[in-house]
Amino acid sequence: MSMFEKARETAQGVMQTVMKKAVEVAPDSWMPGGVPDPLIAAKHGHIGRPVSRIDGPLKAKGAARFAAEFRLDGMVYAALSYSTIAKGRIADINIAAAQAAPGVVLVMTHCNAPRLNPPPKFLSQNKAAGGDDLPVMQDERIHWNGQPVALVLAETQEEADHAISLIEVAYAAEPAATSLSEAIGKGTETGSFMGEPLHNEIGNADKAFADAAFTVDSVYRSPRHNHNAMEPHAATIVWEGDRLIIHDATQAVAHTAWSMAQIFDLDETDVHVTSPYVGGGFGGKTLWQHQILAAAAARLSGRPVRIALSREGVYRIIGGRSETEQRVALGSDRYGKLTALIHSGITPKSPNSALPEPFIVPTRSAYAVDNMTLDVQVCTLDMMANTFMRAPGEAVGTFALESAMDELAEKLGIDPIELRARNEPDKDPVGGVPFSSRNIVEAYRSGAERFGWDMRNAAPGSRREGEWLIGMGCATATYPYYRMPGAAARITLSDNGRATVDFAAHEMGMGTSTVQTQVTADRLGLPLDKVTVRYGDSTLPGVILAGGSQQTAAIGMAVMSAYNGLVGELLKLAGNDSPLAGLKPDEVVGINGGLAHRNKPERFENYASILTRANRHELVADGTPPMPFELQHWSMHSYGAMFCEIRVNAITGEPRVSRFLGSFDCGKILNPKTAASQFRGGIIMGIGLALTEETQFDERNGRIVNPSLADYHIPVHLDVPEIEIMWTDIPDPHTPMGAHGVGEIGITGTGAAIANAVYNATGKRVRDLPITLDKLFR
Amino acid sequence: MTMTVNGNTVSIPNDPRVSLLDFLREHLHLSGTKKGCNQGACGACTVLVDGQRVLSCLTLAVQCSERDITTIEGLSSDGVLHPLQQAFIEHDGFQCGYCTPGQICSAIGMLEEMRRGVPSQLTGDLCAEVVAFDRDEVRERMSGNLCRCGAHNGIVDAIEDVFREAAE
Ligand code: FES
Ligand code: FES
Repeated sequence: MSMFEKARETAQGVMQTVMKKAVEVAPDSWMPGGVPDPLIAAKHGHIGRPVSRIDGPLKAKGAARFAAEFRLDGMVYAALSYSTIAKGRIADINIAAAQAAPGVVLVMTHCNAPRLNPPPKFLSQNKAAGGDDLPVMQDERIHWNGQPVALVLAETQEEADHAISLIEVAYAAEPAATSLSEAIGKGTETGSFMGEPLHNEIGNADKAFADAAFTVDSVYRSPRHNHNAMEPHAATIVWEGDRLIIHDATQAVAHTAWSMAQIFDLDETDVHVTSPYVGGGFGGKTLWQHQILAAAAARLSGRPVRIALSREGVYRIIGGRSETEQRVALGSDRYGKLTALIHSGITPKSPNSALPEPFIVPTRSAYAVDNMTLDVQVCTLDMMANTFMRAPGEAVGTFALESAMDELAEKLGIDPIELRARNEPDKDPVGGVPFSSRNIVEAYRSGAERFGWDMRNAAPGSRREGEWLIGMGCATATYPYYRMPGAAARITLSDNGRATVDFAAHEMGMGTSTVQTQVTADRLGLPLDKVTVRYGDSTLPGVILAGGSQQTAAIGMAVMSAYNGLVGELLKLAGNDSPLAGLKPDEVVGINGGLAHRNKPERFENYASILTRANRHELVADGTPPMPFELQHWSMHSYGAMFCEIRVNAITGEPRVSRFLGSFDCGKILNPKTAASQFRGGIIMGIGLALTEETQFDERNGRIVNPSLADYHIPVHLDVPEIEIMWTDIPDPHTPMGAHGVGEIGITGTGAAIANAVYNATGKRVRDLPITLDKLFR
Repeated sequence: MTMTVNGNTVSIPNDPRVSLLDFLREHLHLSGTKKGCNQGACGACTVLVDGQRVLSCLTLAVQCSERDITTIEGLSSDGVLHPLQQAFIEHDGFQCGYCTPGQICSAIGMLEEMRRGVPSQLTGDLCAEVVAFDRDEVRERMSGNLCRCGAHNGIVDAIEDVFREAAE
């Protein structure tokens, strides 16, 4: 980190502390969400109904157009060559044969690439989208094994792929930091995440731990992971004069447009990014070198460019989750009341990546304990920039913490669910603020009953059917509620009674377009088929990241703001001749295609009539939500109680998840069908995290050695049992619609629930993910 | 040399390196068939060749002379979805939708294999004329079709809904 960055982070930190105090002590009613959203109480609308995806038919027909499926006249195809050393420089690069190959239009290297500004690194500024801020093909320096060193454009993909294979690079290698233990030896520093140090201390955890009647103290490890969205990263790019148009696969259209403008010295409005469908993101689909290189090559060649990364290319130039080594030490009295909690450890990052894997974040709000030390130390490796992957921090942090809770429960002879209940906090243990909504005990109670937790025998290895040892485990899932600043939405109401709502958000399969159609329909009092949602385009309002599970909240609040503006305008237009005459915005609700007095439904006029009488074809209202101060006023999180039944083969050590249940407390569920899919999807990625997934990094040369779906094992159909999903459906009174995001929580807690079940089945405590056969083989 | 794609006769490209997948996507602009790995590991590119499921990324277009290819675009007619397409929507058998065309084509090919009595690793009776429909049979046979969004339960539900009777 540079001096400048450090100074800025410190300044940010001071400001944040002052603001934070003020926000904490302010009255509830001053906060966004201080007055409950009227939709929370609404009963008979579209919210809560299992509406099928509105983009379902398009996707089932294969007609949804993804980034690599836009066709442009005169388009050429790109291929990339990747460095084979981790650090050093390009001593010589021979492109003659490539240039002479059939169909080749351009060979681009650092020698002829246009001059570009470095990408703005994610979190460094509001709209920064870059996975790191290294220069992109600007000089001969090599920063990681896999860095792009040359790009070829050719008339066909086959010609581009052939030509790129003809490029010869000679490197002058320099000593690189690729060994974790050596990097740790060189020194570590305290990590920081979202402007705050990854370090918390309350009380004296070391002393309390030393004095505790019961203790556990173990080290847990998690490997690198890659997102592996089924759609590899791709973009189709064209320059129209000085306007840059990018059909991208991204979870950050507005961020990408702004960031590309910085890189190419353009006006932000001269960059247009579309991303109507994204074939999975999980944190990986942001701005990496491929879009930048393709745009540069398009400019040099004067041709539209399609760049579609190979699967190997995705591993080489898109970051993944970094590895962790975590210590969890717990101390308790004989009744299981926690007296000390230490969660600390080390994670490597690349020198320029945007974050260290923040594995202590879920622990901050987990349990009532007076003495707690949380700490993330970071060392640096010369590697592809690590990045955000589904529940960064929580996915692997909960594995360590919730495994340790299981170990403590066994030592104490207390049921693991009971142990957690005995340590249920009544306010945020670190922040001291109240929870907005926390019903985790209820999630456990209902989940345990449904799962048949009482059938579990606490003694490990006590249940066997033939060759198979059977065990049960549970763990807590948790993920923060986020609502990031920058959202906006626009509602356009037409005199035919239809509404269009626009926001620059994303549909990567979460169900955003469907759910927001339901919400908007309910807010306006319209049927679903009278509402059109437009998204996935940087020219639409707002800066809305599909990240942090925040889209539902961010869009929900933005649409609410736009709606409030719309109602004010409608009441003005309605004038004195309307049954609505004299009513104030907070006295009316959207219902039956118009507005009505909230208690006297006969005072009603429909939208078409209001607009027609006012001689208006349409009415447009923009909404910008308030800053998300509620996040500091309350401790806001989603929760889940995860239950796993596993069968482990006593002869081969093969673990098979036979049953899984997730019991969630995530506010009001807006669409049971799409929400259940989100929960299941997270859990299935958690099954991969627990049992099979590992990006293998060769510590000798910094190269990823399993960059393919054959060698990186994500769960397949036979690995996925029936996954039962249930929820409390208790609305959070302080969020739009009473809802929480549901995209990431499923991967949290799952790893520990599986590890705990493995222990219960076999008596083997595996603290080193993934839990593969060799670790269970007797 | 020609092949038939969704009922239309098309000529095979000159460049022998062109895979069936790239031929469909880049030459015929049938981009419903997806490319998830281009190396036979994900199933996203599955199409039906003479009724059998095939990974189009591992098939060269020139190998398909006189063959009859059906892609996802060929399953619905006049806007009417194939029952399996409809069931995928109903059971939420996808999220992002990228693996979906491959899953659907693969499932159709799989049904034929079960009807013909082709056993899988899980099949108990290797001599049965028809393999009995069973959710785990489906899971085993569909395991070559990866889904990173985790729509597996919905996919098996959709297949069961449409094919359980047809299979037996
Ligand atoms: S694209 Fe053919 S199997 Fe992955
Ligand atoms: S639905 Fe996204 S990969 Fe299957």
